[in-house]
Amino acid sequence: MSKEHDRGMSVIVKTVTRLTVGLILLYGIYILSHGHVSPGGGFAGGVIIALSFIHLMLAYGKEAALKRIPSQALSFFEGFGAIMFLAIALLGFTGGYFFLNFLPKGEPFKLFSAGIIPLCNIAISLKVGAGLFAIFIALVLLKFEGENK
Amino acid sequence: MTHTLYILCLALFCIGLYCILRKRNIIKIIIGVIISEYAVNLLFILVAYRMQGRSPIYSPDAAIENMVDALPQAVVLTSIVIGLATTALLIAIAMRIYEKYKTFDITKINELRG
Amino acid sequence: MGANVIPLFVVVSLSGAFLISLFGRKLKWFPDLIGSAFTALLLLLSLYAVKIVAEAGTLVYSAGSWKPPVGIVFVLDGLSSFMLVTVNLVAFCVAMFSINYMAKYTSKWKFYTLFLLMLAGMNGVLITGDIFNLFVFLEIASVASYALVAFGTERHELEAAFKYAVMSTVGSLFILLGIVFLYSATSTLSMADIALSLSPGKHSGILMLVSILFLMGFGLKAALVPFHAWLPDAHPSAPAPISAMLSGVLIKSLGIYSLCRIIFCVLGVSSQLLSILMVLGTLSMLIGVFLAIGQWDLKRLLAYHSISQIGYVILGISLGTPLGIIGGLFHLFNHSIFKSLLFLNSGAIEYTTGTRDLKKMGGLSEKMPITSTTALTAAMSISGIPPFNGFWSKLLIIIACVQAAKYWYGFWAVLASILTLASFTKVMKYAFFGNLKSQWAMIKEVPVFMKLSMIILAVICVFGGLLFFPGLREPFLLKASGVLLDAKTYASTVIRLVQ
Repeated sequence: MSKEHDRGMSVIVKTVTRLTVGLILLYGIYILSHGHVSPGGGFAGGVIIALSFIHLMLAYGKEAALKRIPSQALSFFEGFGAIMFLAIALLGFTGGYFFLNFLPKGEPFKLFSAGIIPLCNIAISLKVGAGLFAIFIALVLLKFEGENK
Repeated sequence: MTHTLYILCLALFCIGLYCILRKRNIIKIIIGVIISEYAVNLLFILVAYRMQGRSPIYSPDAAIENMVDALPQAVVLTSIVIGLATTALLIAIAMRIYEKYKTFDITKINELRG
Repeated sequence: MGANVIPLFVVVSLSGAFLISLFGRKLKWFPDLIGSAFTALLLLLSLYAVKIVAEAGTLVYSAGSWKPPVGIVFVLDGLSSFMLVTVNLVAFCVAMFSINYMAKYTSKWKFYTLFLLMLAGMNGVLITGDIFNLFVFLEIASVASYALVAFGTERHELEAAFKYAVMSTVGSLFILLGIVFLYSATSTLSMADIALSLSPGKHSGILMLVSILFLMGFGLKAALVPFHAWLPDAHPSAPAPISAMLSGVLIKSLGIYSLCRIIFCVLGVSSQLLSILMVLGTLSMLIGVFLAIGQWDLKRLLAYHSISQIGYVILGISLGTPLGIIGGLFHLFNHSIFKSLLFLNSGAIEYTTGTRDLKKMGGLSEKMPITSTTALTAAMSISGIPPFNGFWSKLLIIIACVQAAKYWYGFWAVLASILTLASFTKVMKYAFFGNLKSQWAMIKEVPVFMKLSMIILAVICVFGGLLFFPGLREPFLLKASGVLLDAKTYASTVIRLVQ
């Protein structure tokens, strides 16, 4: 047994997690990138991406998840997503209106279409994914502090 | 039939309110908030339903007929996000309260007199 | 150009919040600078908004060039610009005050982020023309304020924040339920469109239900009397600048403004509703002031006075006569100025002495001349002594009561004003006059930014009465009251301007 197996849940859970966590992340990215042509979008995609990290954390303990994405990076992504969304909205002023869809719309049902909406989805998913995972970490770490006392 | 559903939704809302007003445990109060929030969201979705309607997904090969109203679904998503933020904050406050007072019972957490 | 200024109120405050959350952790000076600079910018923008509304009338902006009823519109009319000036003026003074005051707390950047988020929510509520958009902004402001009340994370703050958060969430749920019923009746979310498609004959049942739901929801946010239990706990527990924000403008923009906008402009007023509001206002006025007299905690006393003064505003507006509405709105402006000044004074006392208990203070006027002078100004304003601004607005409300032949309401208003005077005499006597206690021999006056913001507010208290005189009242007060008086034309104006 390697040292990695000392923390977290049993071997079965860890093996299943190792197999599925990549798929979950990929599915989140799919939902996010096809948000403008099918049901889904930034919020749903961001939640699924955050869930993949939470899955990792539940199975392997908090160090494994925080090693992949430290909490400074989380708060950076959260602020960056919000600023990006606001910047996209402000760029609409180049066409004369706040939130104007100023990019070419493209053909319906193609991946590269719908102007600014895919960009907005990416910004929202950054904000939601980082925010949700940060909420989870904050609640879990608070509990650890309470138990140590 | 549909009226029964609306009334059941409002009954769920009232169960949540009862839970908020009568329960003494902080966690149960938070669960009451969540229940009434979901009752309102459910009512919003049900208001938009029409008989034998299909989901409002626009795809190239489907005819656009008899779709349910799509606007409340978008709106309810927003309200779920707001509910998420409120619930997370309430739980964080509840955990801090437990850390300070060592209890979840609101009758013992009454140092402030209104 | 003119209308392009409207979305900036939300954009500037939101971008300030997110910039601070990105860079504020590393750079210690950054949150102070951004907080003050951005609120000053917002104040200038809102003064500009008053100017363009006075020149060009109501302005409508469709976000993303989507026209209503499909898209979301922002509406800037007299009432919105009036409230924007009130909110941003108080926010600027509070941001300046916090530079020194918040230095004792750790993680100042979190404070400024939440503060600017709350400001963004309030500004959004004031400019939006879409009912669900209003709900979203209202929740942004509310959630930020729950976190700010719990900011100190001590026992009492957490308890107050939990109580406040649960009650306010229930209020939001009532508002959302009201929106659901309105949507089911009209199938639209744009306020102008709702107002046009509601007809009193066909929808009278649902109008009644929705009015009661909104009255409960916004009444909880505004702390009208049967729903006031959270306010005396929540407002004193927050840090002093936030108490000033909450008592000064949050309960007004989320509670009173939204209530008036929806009841007057969207649902249409009925005489039963106005008389309910009048009774609630009078009850708040009296119960608030009676509970305030017995308090010894300075901030809790001020919080009870907020309930009482909100009662004056509601009483004035619900009289429904032109003079009553002007008086109510004028009192709203004045109250936000002097109540935030009083909370900042209490913060200054807490900063130097570390106590909020009136019995432990005494003779502070020797050591803190500026704090005591400004507090005296604000106390005379709130108890309605001429020539301070509170006197003029209370006088207008009482005259309006007499004109409308509601003599008893006028009598209760006078009585509440006398009781307010009594309770503030107590505050001044115990806190500032009398003999200096020996333990306070070493204290000093507060730092420069705290002094500056208190002086600005005190000057407005002294000269605020001038706003009612001819020449100054036309662009500011009369425009705002005109919106509520001609509430029936709101919907048609918005639809006409957008085409």
